[in-house]
Amino acid sequence: MNPVNYLYLAALLFAIGATGVLIRRNAIVVFMCIELMLNACNLALVAFSRMHGNLDGQIIAFFTMVVAAAEVVVGLAIIVSLFRSRHSASVDDASLMKL
Amino acid sequence: MENLIALLVAAPLLGAAVLLCGGRRLDRTGHWIGTVLAAVSFVVGAVLFVDMLGKGPEERTLTQHLFSWIPVEGFQADVAFQLDQLSMTFVLLITGVGSLIHLYSIGYMEHDERRRRFFGYLNLFLAAMLLLVLADNYLLLYVGWEGVGLASYLLIGFWQHKPSAATAAKKAFLVNRVGDMGLSIAIMLMFTTFGTFAFGPVLESTDKTSEGMLTAIALMLLLAACGKSAQVPLQSWLGDAMEGPTPVSALIHAATMVTAGVYLITRSGAIFNGAPDAQLAVVVVGAVTLLFGAIVGCAKDDIKKALAGSTMSQIGYMILAAGLGPVGYAFAIMHLVTHGFFKAGLFLGAGSVMHGMNDEVDMRKYGGLRKYMPVTFVTFGLGYLAIIGLPPFSGFWSKDKIIEAAFAQQSDLRSWIFGGVALLGAGITAYYMTRVMILTFFGEKRWQPAPDPDTAPSVEPGIEVHPGEMPHPHEAPKSMTIPMIVLAFGSVFAGAVFGIGERFVHWLEPVTSFEHPHPVVGVPVITTATIVVLLLGVGLAYLQYGRRPVPVVAPRGSLLTRAARRDLLQDDFNHVVLVRGGEHLTRSLVYLDHSLVDGVVNGTAASVGGLSGRLRRLQNGYARSYAVSMFGGAALLVAATLLMRAV
Repeated sequence: MNPVNYLYLAALLFAIGATGVLIRRNAIVVFMCIELMLNACNLALVAFSRMHGNLDGQIIAFFTMVVAAAEVVVGLAIIVSLFRSRHSASVDDASLMKL
Repeated sequence: MENLIALLVAAPLLGAAVLLCGGRRLDRTGHWIGTVLAAVSFVVGAVLFVDMLGKGPEERTLTQHLFSWIPVEGFQADVAFQLDQLSMTFVLLITGVGSLIHLYSIGYMEHDERRRRFFGYLNLFLAAMLLLVLADNYLLLYVGWEGVGLASYLLIGFWQHKPSAATAAKKAFLVNRVGDMGLSIAIMLMFTTFGTFAFGPVLESTDKTSEGMLTAIALMLLLAACGKSAQVPLQSWLGDAMEGPTPVSALIHAATMVTAGVYLITRSGAIFNGAPDAQLAVVVVGAVTLLFGAIVGCAKDDIKKALAGSTMSQIGYMILAAGLGPVGYAFAIMHLVTHGFFKAGLFLGAGSVMHGMNDEVDMRKYGGLRKYMPVTFVTFGLGYLAIIGLPPFSGFWSKDKIIEAAFAQQSDLRSWIFGGVALLGAGITAYYMTRVMILTFFGEKRWQPAPDPDTAPSVEPGIEVHPGEMPHPHEAPKSMTIPMIVLAFGSVFAGAVFGIGERFVHWLEPVTSFEHPHPVVGVPVITTATIVVLLLGVGLAYLQYGRRPVPVVAPRGSLLTRAARRDLLQDDFNHVVLVRGGEHLTRSLVYLDHSLVDGVVNGTAASVGGLSGRLRRLQNGYARSYAVSMFGGAALLVAATLLMRAV
């Protein structure tokens, strides 16, 4: 199979994730969309690795997974405490950081 | 010998320090400390004088280098003294008259509880004035120049509880500042032109300097002289300075400090000799002032202010002579010295009269005092004969020479104009001095009871004045009459001692150089004319004041009289032109500042503020809208990268 097709898939997944981040209000969904974007990147990296015949892309993909895991831990903790304090998981409700 | 020079300045300086820092425990002895230290300075001066007489005329200059004041590469300011014949003349005048006036003040200020401070200020003045005349460079001279200004300020305002005295002191200080600006600019010009301001190098290299630069320096020096010596247009402070105690008027505002301008011009003679235009300006200033002061002196009823007008006028003579160049320098200084004697004597006499008359200063309320104050009458009378220039008294020898020199200028027209002015001035001098004499010592008693202290402005402190009490004039104590007698001797004999055989001229010749004047008409004619004019002045005053009773309240008088009573409208002129003009200028500058400068600054701030207010809207707190900008930015970057690749 032509490795370029994996890139198309990765681009599609990234676009879906980005759209989700921009238009959804629920923090959990936004969070999942971010994960989707990260994994789209991973897919692209692995595809590049295959195409160029070296392991650099795969190594970076592992790094990405580690970072994503850490991000999930912190992110979910924030979302949970946000929900506890204001009984809503809408990102638009948390808009106090403005002048 | 030259090591003694510093002692001249140090003695009164020590006195000032001790008296001003010593506190109340010196109240009992302070006046003697001050007087003795002034006398020490005089004795040192006399020793140096005798030493100087023993040397040849060319070897008489002594110098003493004390220390380097500001030793910087290319800028050398030293504290160094130079004692030549010119300085010597001033040293003897300052310390001599100064010591006498210290002695006089002991009696005059006896009832003043701040007498110690008064003597401290007097000593400070002596130190500063000696520094001024002994300095060997213009910068040190400037220190002394400012020092005498400070002492003058402190002493004019000595009775600071009187608002008029406090104002007069401030006025003198401010007007003097204008002149001081001239001196500091002149010193800066000298430094840029000659690279130094020591007398020797500056005055020797004037012939290598352009006339324009010399004229600029000379005009600035003239401005300085106008301020310190109360010459038109900076004359307005001298009349008000009479608010100070009378010994101060005698020492500072008649005999010594106000002559500093004449010293400055004479000392800088080489600069003025190279700048004929500036010399003409000096002569014009002198001529205008000598008439101005004389006219003011004719109209004043306050005895001290009449004498102040006279001082202004006599210094006008000196400045006029100094402006004539080598023909006149020596005569200017000679008149300065004789004037120092007789004017100090006249002021001390006036002080003695005021002392006996409950501090009344209005001459219209004197009259007939000759019987009650014989010593004052005789000494004042001798001073009077000297100032009007009657031969053989002092004033004749010096003033007549100045008139001769004024008649001897480059062009006939100038000779006639300035000679005529000098001659006319002599007549007016005779008129107003005769007026003072007659009003004070002759005629009916016009004494008035003492004014009610609640309504009238306060008199000198410490003098008991009971409202409604008639004055009982009496002769002053010994400490006051002795100085008057000594000064009267000076008024009688000094001129002849100096004038016969041109001794004074030859004495000063190595410093100031000398040329014999060649007047447009013969010398005997001028001398006769001078004597005729002064007799006319005396006669006119006698007709006006001696033959008729004098009204106690001054009559309204002619337009000129009224103007002269207001000092020929000098204060009004200053008020209208300088004060109002200054106010208008500042007001328009403030307006400009508010509208233009503030407008630009505030406008910039407002537009930045408005712009940031708009930009602030972007910061809405919605994470999603930030994400949009991030995506937008990323998309742009990608697009730009692709575009660059394609090109």
